[in-house]
Amino acid sequence: MIPLVEARGIGFATRRTTILDDISLVLPPGRITVVLGPNGAGKSTLLRLLVGELAPTSGSIAYSGVPLRDLPHWQLAAKRAVLPQSGTLAFPFTVYEVVALGLDGAGSPVAGRSAQARIATALEQADVAHLAERQFPTLSGGEQQRVQFARVLCQLAAGRIHEPRQVLFLDEPVSGLDLEHQIAVLETARRLATEGAAVFAILHDLNLAAAYADELIVLKSGRQVAHGPPAEVLTDRLLAETFGVRLAIRAIPAAPMPFVLPQARQSAP
Amino acid sequence: MGASPARAATAGVGVTLAAALQRRRRRTAFVFGLLMLIVAATSVLSLGLGAVPIPPGRTLAALWTSVTGLPVDADAARDSLVILNIRLPRTLLGLIVGATLAVSGALMQGLFRNPLADPGLVGVSSGAALAAATVIVLGERLLPYLPFAVLPFAALPIAAFFGGLLFTSVLYGLSSGSGRTSIATLLLAGVALGAMAGAITGLLTFMSNDQQLRDLTFWSLGSLGGATWTKVATILPAFIPMAIALSFLGRSLNALSLGEAEAFHLGLPVERIKRIVIVVVALAVGAAVAAAGVIGFVGIVVPHLLRLAIGANHKVLLPASALLGAALLLGSDILARLIVAPAELPIGILTAAIGAPFFLWLLLARRRMVT
Repeated sequence: MIPLVEARGIGFATRRTTILDDISLVLPPGRITVVLGPNGAGKSTLLRLLVGELAPTSGSIAYSGVPLRDLPHWQLAAKRAVLPQSGTLAFPFTVYEVVALGLDGAGSPVAGRSAQARIATALEQADVAHLAERQFPTLSGGEQQRVQFARVLCQLAAGRIHEPRQVLFLDEPVSGLDLEHQIAVLETARRLATEGAAVFAILHDLNLAAAYADELIVLKSGRQVAHGPPAEVLTDRLLAETFGVRLAIRAIPAAPMPFVLPQARQSAP
Repeated sequence: MGASPARAATAGVGVTLAAALQRRRRRTAFVFGLLMLIVAATSVLSLGLGAVPIPPGRTLAALWTSVTGLPVDADAARDSLVILNIRLPRTLLGLIVGATLAVSGALMQGLFRNPLADPGLVGVSSGAALAAATVIVLGERLLPYLPFAVLPFAALPIAAFFGGLLFTSVLYGLSSGSGRTSIATLLLAGVALGAMAGAITGLLTFMSNDQQLRDLTFWSLGSLGGATWTKVATILPAFIPMAIALSFLGRSLNALSLGEAEAFHLGLPVERIKRIVIVVVALAVGAAVAAAGVIGFVGIVVPHLLRLAIGANHKVLLPASALLGAALLLGSDILARLIVAPAELPIGILTAAIGAPFFLWLLLARRRMVT
């Protein structure tokens, strides 16, 4: 099966420094790939390369076999949606208007009743329907993030008309959310994956990563240091070498799911 | 996020949402209707008021007979002469310039994602002002050396227009590299170039004689006086691109409000849109400044008021700005004609007197909102 996204040996360098070096990965449909790594490891740069926002200085990226640079903007918008880390708005757009922006980009815009239905569904899915008439700048950070998530869901729903093979990119999607909504966002991502999408997420919480990732990629200083299912990747050694912390990884007895507690520090060897 | 209890109320939320959308649409339609009424009313007033006052009824009658070509009596003939030759071009110029300044403001604010942005910031106004000052002060000395015969009445608008375009192009060149435009660099370079243009304009002022000084002052304060059909016809082509752009830029600016990266993610050709906005604004504002001088604050006040009334959606904000801008400038022009009649106040004084306190209030209100 052709992977939705395939990156071969991609790197990104400015005149002075190399930010990312020789990363290869595939995003297959139905799977959640989570990127971990300390600050400045190049996680966001990797995401920006994969979504087409930056052009790699080496290597190549293809969406379903088509080179990324050959895809026009609007076609790309039907194939992938991106949840940014945080967004500000200088103007008093309503939540409904912000979510409706998801319908506008991809090729022929959706209009009329079906547009309204898609927006309403996206509002529901991100649990912000009750905020629809509020002005976006007056919302709390977490609420704003959920509205952005609704917009992204709306874009995917609109793009599905043209393109069934879609990728969802999430840049630290749970950083400003309460526990209930952290789980809800990742559950929605899981549901989209089950329906055939590929999901690529940057996370900081190792336990959420272990619980939701099918595949983990660990970056350090622009290089890939580990790659595989959580149970194989998350080891005491990796935590020590990559994150510089001495913590013990435990496993939930019933399931092969690793977890880590900060309190386990003392008992680490 | 199916876990939420809000799901149970799906149907109810759908109904209230539809009702809310309906309310918003009605409100927008009402505001548009009101704006058109105000534009029509100010236009009739503008045609009627002046050294020879003509009541609204006779104004409309004069317009009607000049369209239909019906025979009229002496009084009506005099009315239509005054209206058609003097006041109609002035009124049209006011409508066009007002609409242009307000729409340009809304476009710039959308592009910079900043409600305080203004066409003056990207160097259009300062470039146009410098070129116009050059023509006023050095015109007689330069004219013989020009390769083609520039008609004296057209020299000022043409120079101002190209000055604005030149400055905007230079700024755009400075701030874009490797296919991307840095908005921050654009703003800061705009401030620097504006200061430079101000210095040279100041030098020209210093060099000028009494008559030139009067011309300079009058022009830098802005005025719709001296509008002729020739002037209107000369600058009209520059406004056409903006009128066309109005129809499709709204959607793009909405997406751009989220940020450039987000607009790209949504599938917009961001760089092309930025280029279109800058060129369209340079053209239209260059022409507006050339025709009516420097008129400030319309571009800030109008979009802000409208955002309070109908929200931030550029699809409705841009056409509404055109209407309110036209009405506001024409209203200011009527005041400028009446306050010190039979003399005329420069219109820029009025818009600045209203606009500057408004701008300060806007700044303070924003600061309160942030803290």
